[in-house]
Amino acid sequence: MKRSRLFVVLNLVVAVSLGAQPDAARQDDRPVVVASKPFGESYLLCEMFAQLLESRGMTVERRPGLGATEIAFGALRTGAIDVYPEYTGTGLIAILHDSLPDSVLADPRAVFAHVAKRFAEEFQVRWLPPLGFQNTYAIAVTRTTANKYRLRTLSDLARESPHLTAGFTADFIGRNDGLVGLSRVYGLHPRAVRPLAPAVKYQALASGAVDVIDGYSTDGLLARYDLVTLVDDRHFFPPYEAAALVTERLQSQIPAAIATLSLLSGRLDENTMRRLNRRVEVDREDVRTVAADELKILGLVGGAQVVATTSRPGRSGFGRYLWDRRANLAALTLRHLLLVGLALLAAVLVAVPLGLFLERTRRLAEPTIGALGVLQTIPSIALLAFMIPFLGVGVTPALVALWLYALYPIARGTYTGVRDADPDAVAAAEALGTTPVQRLLWVRLPLAAPVIMAGVRTAAVITVGAATLAAFIGAGGLGEPIVAGLALADTRMILSGALPAAALALAVDGVLALVERMVAPAHRRRASSVQERPTG
Amino acid sequence: MPTPLAARKVSHHFGSVVALDDVSIDVPAGRSVALVGESGSGKTTLLRCFNRLVEPQRGEILVGDKDVRTQPAVLLRRGIGYVQQHGGLLPHWRVLRNVALVPMLQEMPDPTDAALQALELVGLSPSGFAHRFPHELSGGQRQRVALARSIAAKPGVILLDEPFGALDAISRADLQESFDAMRRDLSVTTLLVTHDLAEAGRLADEIVVMRAGRVEQNGTMRTLISAPATEYVARLIERARAGLEALSL
Repeated sequence: MKRSRLFVVLNLVVAVSLGAQPDAARQDDRPVVVASKPFGESYLLCEMFAQLLESRGMTVERRPGLGATEIAFGALRTGAIDVYPEYTGTGLIAILHDSLPDSVLADPRAVFAHVAKRFAEEFQVRWLPPLGFQNTYAIAVTRTTANKYRLRTLSDLARESPHLTAGFTADFIGRNDGLVGLSRVYGLHPRAVRPLAPAVKYQALASGAVDVIDGYSTDGLLARYDLVTLVDDRHFFPPYEAAALVTERLQSQIPAAIATLSLLSGRLDENTMRRLNRRVEVDREDVRTVAADELKILGLVGGAQVVATTSRPGRSGFGRYLWDRRANLAALTLRHLLLVGLALLAAVLVAVPLGLFLERTRRLAEPTIGALGVLQTIPSIALLAFMIPFLGVGVTPALVALWLYALYPIARGTYTGVRDADPDAVAAAEALGTTPVQRLLWVRLPLAAPVIMAGVRTAAVITVGAATLAAFIGAGGLGEPIVAGLALADTRMILSGALPAAALALAVDGVLALVERMVAPAHRRRASSVQERPTG
Repeated sequence: MPTPLAARKVSHHFGSVVALDDVSIDVPAGRSVALVGESGSGKTTLLRCFNRLVEPQRGEILVGDKDVRTQPAVLLRRGIGYVQQHGGLLPHWRVLRNVALVPMLQEMPDPTDAALQALELVGLSPSGFAHRFPHELSGGQRQRVALARSIAAKPGVILLDEPFGALDAISRADLQESFDAMRRDLSVTTLLVTHDLAEAGRLADEIVVMRAGRVEQNGTMRTLISAPATEYVARLIERARAGLEALSL
């Protein structure tokens, strides 16, 4: 895919200004970029990878919580990240779209060998030897539901499914090794399927809002809620062996990283993983602490430097929690602001001239602005996902998506503002011999300025909000703690991103309100200082 | 020096609506002519032909004995004063800057000075009004400023489109009076569009009655009254007279 030059330039600007240079090849001291998908276990493994690498003197950049499989794997393929934990079954079905005979599927080693071979051939991506545990899908119901409908296997579930409401993660609903395949193989057709965020599905099940959910066999929460995992009696799910997925590039550039990550191979069994997940998801312990403890227990990291900064959640106030993370939050806020600022600037540079052009060619105006409006209706996360095949992951696709969102309000404001600017004044200026350019610069633009600025303000507030979702594709910003908090069902973590984002939206709106007053035409400015006060 | 105006066999239609149908008029230099008629009579369309806001499909428009099409519209307009019903002042410009617009466009040596003189001429003291914004003026004052703007560059002709139509009766009479005095002082050619026959009689040397895109009758007020050419003109005069008689009762 050929990238547009503008985006490459923008990406460079951001990369340089943020100091993040995923493509800075051939630098021995470049950081190893370690990522995860947005759920607890993936975060934990990511953190273990990171700490292990750091303990061996390597610098690490963490990119936890990348969207879902396509996004994380897309990031790996484009070289935006170096390593993330993945599962062989997911690789086989969701990435390779492959199927294997049942005899092979029954043997995890054979599946691993097959997947590893095809990944190396097709994607130049390498599977390190498995970590030692499987984390398969666990279709779970409450004990009450199991008893009421006599459910033990997935075949039982399929039989009763017309009476049941399912709450599945979006990932699971769309995947061939998820609901699609279950419907085909078992004839599973729930009365309704509600897409749920991983963070809320256990609460949803416990509260009775849904009857059946997709969990992971190593989930810490399965035990907490006393759930029944249904037996996969037709052996639908392939083996899901966890392993580190790394780029060939990492191997050639930082071979020590590969060697270090391989130290974890075969060291984590299912019981260990369930125990660790439980500490993170149920006991709300900090991922860093849990990862550090386990690396010590495994003898992979010396006991000297225990992470002491993390306070036990629940013991101190939210203010303290934020204060402890102030440096990180400030960096995230800055990055957020930079994303918003650049996207907004690019949008103004395009949408204002576009609005002026449309005002001259009115026939095109409504269709064009309407089309930009349709873009607004695309959910941010879907738009971000569309970008990946063209723009990879990280800052570039995030900027493009935010830019697209910002176009509509600015183009609309410019078009209507200029079109409706005092028709009498415009007509008189024409009759007295001004040129079209003079009318634009002296009359229409000055009179339209507040409307245009209102469009920019709207765009800015939308962009601040939408930018939180950029974290799903690894662009960072205040979405990072939100995505992580959702994955870990950690409300405080979510708030530590959401509250600054909300404050930022208010601040940006306030600053732009001032700008709006400054660009108001002279007669309005005077009037507003006396009578009107801005109500926004 | 005043500029003569003339229309020769001018026709124009908007889609299927005939706005002007073979119209010819003459406005001798320094004279004042009023175009009178009801909405849709074509009077405003004819007025707008003279500064090329409307380009008629047939016929010839002469300003200063030259076909208007021989010079660029923008330059032509800078030489013609123009006042519209709702002044059309630029709301974000102060009075002085509004009035200095055409002198500035014409690159006159001192646009501000020209604007100050124009304000005096229309009876607005510069010290009291030059630095106000249009929204700080009354309707009558705004039209005075619009009038000042139309004469600031000393044009040879002024086009006025219902200039006093939106004003209350007293402001209107005041403004008519000062306008009449001013145009005589400046000896400028004026072409005025109005639906009010009495106003036409007060401000114009000659009246052109228009109806459905055609000239119904053309002459002094006296001629119109003594010898109305058509039933329509007679009715128009009758109605104006009835209005006056109602007042004298």
